[in-house]
Amino acid sequence: MGGMAAPQVAPVETPDTEEVPVSDRPWVTIVWDDPVNLMTYVTWVFQKLFGYSREKAEQLMLDVHHKGKAVVSSGARERMEHDASQLHAYGLWATVDRS
Amino acid sequence: MSMFRRQGDRYVATFAVDEVRVLRKVASEVVGLLTDGFDHGDPVVGRLFPEAYPDDVAGSAEFRRYTEGDLKTAKIDQAGAILAALPDGEAGGEVRLDAEAAEAWLRALNDARLAMGVRLEIKDGTDLGEELDEAVAEDPTSSRVFQLSVYAYLGYLQESLLNALID
Repeated sequence: MGGMAAPQVAPVETPDTEEVPVSDRPWVTIVWDDPVNLMTYVTWVFQKLFGYSREKAEQLMLDVHHKGKAVVSSGARERMEHDASQLHAYGLWATVDRS
Repeated sequence: MSMFRRQGDRYVATFAVDEVRVLRKVASEVVGLLTDGFDHGDPVVGRLFPEAYPDDVAGSAEFRRYTEGDLKTAKIDQAGAILAALPDGEAGGEVRLDAEAAEAWLRALNDARLAMGVRLEIKDGTDLGEELDEAVAEDPTSSRVFQLSVYAYLGYLQESLLNALID
């Protein structure tokens, strides 16, 4: 805060479990497991589209494979929709959700 | 069975006439599925164009409105990249791809495998060898035997191209 005098405001009671309002939470792109895509291909797509290192891409691929899904990117909704449609062009099963 | 290998900045495979025929057939089928045969009720189309918001019908419809046209064009183009690179006529021969065409092939082979995977009801943990043995035992001349063989073949081919690209 700069040097301006802030108006006097009574302290606001904050609840114990503070939650970021839904509207302020970023969006995420999720990739789901499917029985057809090759593991090496999925890893390659993550490197190619997101510029992730081989290690990070491989870990995400393993998360998709073992846990059934993984968050592969997060940010503004429009950006996530762009990511999802790119992933669809590569044949990955991607959806968009709030984080 | 043919595999891709790297030669300088090209990705090269030599296909027998049967392989050329199969690749032309599957790529043409993908194009057909995306053009005249396009049907949102087809589970293959559902898999190639997933809903962006599984719990939000309106959101998914809006996403589709903005992305489906470009996505369809991209998928037709990548299947077209296979058709364009194959030897002409009823003959085998060499296919040489630059990096861009190689990536289009990878995506197109993947689309073809996704489509076949839906039709063949491939599940997590499906053992292709077992499926094929069962299908052969039932009727070695059945379409399922042929489709399973093609599906397995496309997987090998895609993996060989990917390995050549990553090397």
